[in-house]
Amino acid sequence: MTNIWNRLRHEPWIWSFLAAIGVWLATIAYTGGQGAGEILTAALSFATFSIIVGLGQMMVITTGPGNVDLSIPATITLAGVVAMKVMDTDSARLLLGIGAALGASFLVGVFNYGLIRLLRIPPIIATLSSSFLVLSTAISYGRGIRIKPPLPLDSFATMRILGIPLAAVFVLVLSIVLAIVIKRTLYGRAVVAIGQNPRAAWLAGINVNRTRFMTYVLSALLAGVCGILLSGFSGGAALNMGEEFLLASIAVVVIGGTSVAGGRASVPGIWGAALFMYLLVTMLNTFGASAGVRLIMTGVIIITVIVLAGGETQSK
Amino acid sequence: MNHTAIKLDGVERNFGAVRALAGVSLAVGSGECLGLVGHNGAGKSTLMHILAGTLSPDKGDISVGGTRHEGYWSVNVARTNGIRCVFQELSLCPNLTVAENVRIVHGSLKGIGWKKRSQDIALQKLDEIFPGHGISPSDAISDLPIGKRQMAEIARAFTVTDIPLRLVILDEPTSSLDAVTAQQLLTFVRSQVTKGTSVILISHLLGDILGTCDRIAVMKDGKTVAERPAKKFDRHSLVAAMGTEVNQNKSTTAKLAKAKSQAPVAIRAKPKTAADTGELIAHQGEIIGLAGLSGHGQTRMLLQIFSRSDAEVPAPVAFIAGDRQSDGIFHLWSIASNVTIRSLRSLLRRGLIASDGEGLLAAEWKKRMGIRTSDMNNNILTLSGGNQQKTLFARALGSEARIILMDDPMRGVDIGTKLEVYEMIAREAKAGRTFVWYTTEMEELQYCDRAYVFRNGAIAASLEHEDLTEEKILQASFAESSAA
Repeated sequence: MTNIWNRLRHEPWIWSFLAAIGVWLATIAYTGGQGAGEILTAALSFATFSIIVGLGQMMVITTGPGNVDLSIPATITLAGVVAMKVMDTDSARLLLGIGAALGASFLVGVFNYGLIRLLRIPPIIATLSSSFLVLSTAISYGRGIRIKPPLPLDSFATMRILGIPLAAVFVLVLSIVLAIVIKRTLYGRAVVAIGQNPRAAWLAGINVNRTRFMTYVLSALLAGVCGILLSGFSGGAALNMGEEFLLASIAVVVIGGTSVAGGRASVPGIWGAALFMYLLVTMLNTFGASAGVRLIMTGVIIITVIVLAGGETQSK
Repeated sequence: MNHTAIKLDGVERNFGAVRALAGVSLAVGSGECLGLVGHNGAGKSTLMHILAGTLSPDKGDISVGGTRHEGYWSVNVARTNGIRCVFQELSLCPNLTVAENVRIVHGSLKGIGWKKRSQDIALQKLDEIFPGHGISPSDAISDLPIGKRQMAEIARAFTVTDIPLRLVILDEPTSSLDAVTAQQLLTFVRSQVTKGTSVILISHLLGDILGTCDRIAVMKDGKTVAERPAKKFDRHSLVAAMGTEVNQNKSTTAKLAKAKSQAPVAIRAKPKTAADTGELIAHQGEIIGLAGLSGHGQTRMLLQIFSRSDAEVPAPVAFIAGDRQSDGIFHLWSIASNVTIRSLRSLLRRGLIASDGEGLLAAEWKKRMGIRTSDMNNNILTLSGGNQQKTLFARALGSEARIILMDDPMRGVDIGTKLEVYEMIAREAKAGRTFVWYTTEMEELQYCDRAYVFRNGAIAASLEHEDLTEEKILQASFAESSAA
């Protein structure tokens, strides 16, 4: 047991899981054990969306200092609107809608990297400004319409098997694939190498620009997947559906132990952090905290987790 | 030597299971230049870090001017006692100017006009040590090439405001300097020593040590194994004391230059940095040297070949960095990952990197380069500087590349390792690999079939192996200035 702990405590992601478990235990201690399972099921359902975009953001942040994708919320909205409009509640047009939404997301990724590479705009500005364009496009395209998702999408997004959301299983598979990509493919190694030292990576024969391009596109595609699923989950697309994911996508990356300075990614950490973020809000709601207190506590607790997790790596 | 300036007594230091210093006692007299030599990992740098206060000893005493220092020996205590350091890994802030870097170490430069005063101090010291240095105190460090950065750092160590200089530690100070600036520095060191300042000089260039120092201490496995006046050493006895078996007769000069020039052309390139310039041509299996004063376009030539701009390079290319911190290592990765990064494509199996193949490749090159570590899965930063450099050699030589570009790669590498690497380069060249080798060390040019001398970004001369003498190279490096 001590052996396992000794190995685990050096993993950057372990802290986010400990925090999530701690918050969950505090909540069920307060309710006297009532609703423990339901809370977990709900946490899995909602965390799924932060995890999808968190994975994309993680790859972008891992390519090195200054790299961040702020267009994720707008891309989620665009993908949701495009998917709903193309599907038009018709199950037969399901795949067409998914294809159209992912295609639109792909173009957002290409556009983002175009701004960064060709116009030499820093990523933070480039993705922020492109997100205004993307959101405007979504608004004018989906003006005033509220379209329900076709049944298969609705049931895929909301179905549960033994209390486990089907979407969460889908995202688990996605996460495992991405973890393998990071560890065992040329693209994944290139991302991690560039994040540590882009010049050394170039001199080691890595195509830095292509790798960064692929990463921004990947992030946009994952935002697109999130947008489609979220529309299915909440009964249609809405123009503010991506809003909360700006902070969430970055927070889950940071809390999860991915290095903000680049060069180290942690897939399990994204899961721990996303569950933690949802369970934290649940706990504060259960305690009956007012909105103000809730926000303050969220901030304080996030900082605490980052300090705990960060202190471990700095001491080496 | 009248009295001691600094004395270390029984200093020990461990890093985990590794014993870096096993009870070292060492004294430097005032007005003395002490040379410190030894293999990579012998403990020289660790010892100097302890003197400078950046590492604390596990055990042992430090005395200043004959009195034992009580309490904690820190960076600030070292500074107020007049100890200055130039470390092997340069420690200037890259985003600041030369003058601002001078200000960092001089608390007394404050109030209105501090910028002007620190610029004056920086410029005066640079002029004094390196006449004709071409550095402006308002240059940002990141804009300077590594040689000039090193000059700025050395000059900073010798600047004086309120605290008199007692001891200056120079750890591989000439590793990025060309022959002329290195000589300027050594001359300056001698003049400082006669003024009463003590200097500790660490270098793998034994000629520098023998010619400059009053006394030489040899370190091995964390201990001093020999300590004598410099006159009592010669090159051979010094190398013997370090425990390296050097076979001076090993003849790498059995050259086949004639046969090689018949081989197909591997590289054809013309420097873009100058209009009136010669052309670089390398035949398969040749070792081509790039010579001349440092910063005259040699590294840019290598990068031009690497990126294939205006250069015909039909075969795959690998690059061995000299500035390993900024161009070479991936600091979060293991030694093994640092070795294999250039070869991953050949390790693919069904689209995925085979981890057993990776382990085998790393193990093979640990053996072939003699990388000193217990486990290739340790982080790269657990290695000493010279062993990190070996890792970079392993990365390039272990790859499929047929052309190897080397950017003054022997900085801070000990003589035993160097000889092993030279031999390996000769062997690989014989097997058909082509090397382009930028070096600031005259000795290394002896291994080249042909060398191109660079001046102001242009190829000023091409010298065949038998013409590679110090005199001819210096002549070509300076031809223009002496005519002007």
